[in-house]
Amino acid sequence: MRTGLALLCAVLALASLAMGPVDLAALWARDPELARSLFIELRLPRTGLALLIGAGLGASGAAAQALFRNPLASPDVLGPSSGAALGAVLAGYFLGAGVIGMAIGGLAGAGLSLLLLLALAGRGAGATRLVLAGVAVSMLLGVAINLALSLAPSPFALYDLMFWLMGSLNDRSLPQLALAAPLILIGIVLLLRAAPALDTLALGEEVAQSLGVGLSAMQARVVLAIALATGAGVAVAGSIGFIGLIVPHLVRPFAGHRPGAAIAPSALAGAALLSAADIAVRLLPAGLDLRLGVLTALIGAPFFLCLIMGRR
Amino acid sequence: MLEAIDLARPPMLAPTSLTLHPGQLTGVIGPNGAGKTTLLKALAGLSRGPGTVRLDGQPFRPHPQRLAWLPASRDAVWPIPAAALVQLGMGPAAAPDAAAVAAALSACDATALAHRPVAQLSTGERARVLLARAIVARPAWLFLDEPIANLDPGHRLDVMALLASEAARGAGVVLALHDLDLARRCDRLLLIANGAVIADGPPHMVLNTDQLGRVFGVQHGPDGWVRCSRFDH
Repeated sequence: MRTGLALLCAVLALASLAMGPVDLAALWARDPELARSLFIELRLPRTGLALLIGAGLGASGAAAQALFRNPLASPDVLGPSSGAALGAVLAGYFLGAGVIGMAIGGLAGAGLSLLLLLALAGRGAGATRLVLAGVAVSMLLGVAINLALSLAPSPFALYDLMFWLMGSLNDRSLPQLALAAPLILIGIVLLLRAAPALDTLALGEEVAQSLGVGLSAMQARVVLAIALATGAGVAVAGSIGFIGLIVPHLVRPFAGHRPGAAIAPSALAGAALLSAADIAVRLLPAGLDLRLGVLTALIGAPFFLCLIMGRR
Repeated sequence: MLEAIDLARPPMLAPTSLTLHPGQLTGVIGPNGAGKTTLLKALAGLSRGPGTVRLDGQPFRPHPQRLAWLPASRDAVWPIPAAALVQLGMGPAAAPDAAAVAAALSACDATALAHRPVAQLSTGERARVLLARAIVARPAWLFLDEPIANLDPGHRLDVMALLASEAARGAGVVLALHDLDLARRCDRLLLIANGAVIADGPPHMVLNTDQLGRVFGVQHGPDGWVRCSRFDH
């Protein structure tokens, strides 16, 4: 299955690179320099970010569900996405920062929300305490985002930020990719290395411990990795919901329903799904500006409903 | 030899020191809330608190071949096929060992369940699969919290025989149980009340009428077990 998903990612990445308002092949004949810079500065970052952010969200979702032993958990419940959104909004306002400034603000916000989460949950907290602390942090940060929005210096700033929060990969630049890529990749690698330990969590926390899993260290690593993989994505692209929740459910049956084994295919499927959604957004008629985060929610919410109905 | 020295988990378990021997089947009996699970978990090194547990003089560290812990809860979140679940008992990232998994499932009369998702099994079936998971790595020490709860009478006897054979291969087996008849099959019994071991010895000494009446409020009559008043309170 992994080979198939990797191939799908490659095909979607090529489609994404070939796609845009300008026909690059035609432009290449006339002005190769311009075609080259369009490709490197616009197409490449967009395609790369879609793959990486999707992979980060998919892997984080699978890891969160494994860690909390709850099929309805998503990386959002831990708070770093809200932290990243708040950090980016504040940087956008008070520093008047450009997209890079907002991304750095977002990363700082994700980091601070992680520290707040660990402080609230306490050392060696069990998964239940961790998820409660995460929900509390997310709610607090959600309110803070609303407060920041209601204190917007101008209606234009408010409009811009609202739009930014909805999540998009339009006009992302190479520096944004360079900033987010290493952090997301580190997060994914950390999650992949925790996968065998997360598998044993299927038997419960005590049994995992009895099999030699250092529970609190493993939890701390997984939470840090989720914060990296999702926080860095939100910091450059805004909030993109539902990928982390849905993707693990799509691939887990093919991973023998083992929660840790689902992390790698979830990363691949997340990359494919977000790339496909970003292509779909660009296929819409020019007048209809549907945000990427809105589209993933439009697909995700009904799927989530089906999931719940199927469980009854 | 597993030595517990001044093991305490206030308020559930008063300071307890005891020595467990490999090759023995040790039963832990006592009323609900007496502290059986707390003692088992503390012995297995799965809870933090005062006291130490030493294995042959060394600190007791968990490892799939050294320790198996079977919790009383039979919950299963993921619909993992039984065989894959049993494989997880080999430890994180252990190489797949189909022969060991098949042997463990067969020992627990769960071969027919191998490909069924555990979340869809009945509680008793799941109990057998989870027991197979506990024995698959042939651990030196087994701590089992009520392994025969939820089982039908035939499988209760099977599991007691299986645990005796685990002890016979040299494992130290410690189990909590409520069945006072099957408790007689243990080599040694620990009777717990109010967080303290109040009797420790071979079954015929621990299961005497006075003690069972005092601790459980039961006595054995001509028609089986009957309720009696706890006569020391």
